[in-house]
Amino acid sequence: MNATQDTQPLSLAPAAAALLAGGIGSVALGLLTVLAEASEPIRLALRFYAPAGPLSGKTTVAVLVWLASWAILRGVWNKKEVDFGKVANLAFILLALGLIGTFPPFFLLFAAE
Amino acid sequence: MEISNRELWTVLHGMAFGALFLLAFGGGLAGLYSLRPAWITAEGLRERMIRLKVGMWLMALVAWGTVLSGTYIVYPWYRAAPPEGTTELGAYPRSLLLSSESTNLWHEFGMEWKEHVGWIAPIAATVAAAVVMMYGERLASLPAVRRAVLWFFVAAFATAGVAGLFGALINKVAPVR
Repeated sequence: MNATQDTQPLSLAPAAAALLAGGIGSVALGLLTVLAEASEPIRLALRFYAPAGPLSGKTTVAVLVWLASWAILRGVWNKKEVDFGKVANLAFILLALGLIGTFPPFFLLFAAE
Repeated sequence: MEISNRELWTVLHGMAFGALFLLAFGGGLAGLYSLRPAWITAEGLRERMIRLKVGMWLMALVAWGTVLSGTYIVYPWYRAAPPEGTTELGAYPRSLLLSSESTNLWHEFGMEWKEHVGWIAPIAATVAAAVVMMYGERLASLPAVRRAVLWFFVAAFATAGVAGLFGALINKVAPVR
């Protein structure tokens, strides 16, 4: 480690922002998967690239939500101290919710008749 | 000995990108896990960090290559609808799987899970790579951050593993040709 790194105050906010944004991106994908299953208009609206169907829209929107939330969190938490443990736990909860939302036995529960 | 354009892309998507990601995971996991001041010298830490940063970004890049090639190149071939009246469904894997009760779960569970959960891998891998890049050697003295990155990295591997496993199995039952 060099001297510059050692003397700089080390903020955990950038790491917290990256992790939380990852959780938000994951839960966005899960939520969009459920919504596309539950609503035909949403499913049709998410067909950004017809040959790939609604998967193209779900993933594009989830990636945009992830990147936007990352940029916003970086800006909001700039030079601030955050409770890293709490933020990391929240990020893992959101990541887990995203995994649940993309699990077929779960999202098929919401399938439109 | 011939290979069609579709088969070539399937191999690139599954074996070149997917397998490279899964194989590289071991190196990244060992690098992150052993990133402790008590275990390595300052010089060793510097040397290891360059490798770790390059490896993590390479993995993230490969994960993006896998999902993008899968979603926009291979998947449209998989889900293409056969013309009305078609009885030979070999060229339409999704329809072939759904045509029989003995195979429909491959699509309804396997493919549906794979196509969605696989997208969490590049997001989680990029998050892990970005944090490693931001903190570098200082990560060794931040156990909470290192552990959180490690878990995101494991999540990237697990989700890529599910997608890779079902991709390989489905391509056995109903190959994209």
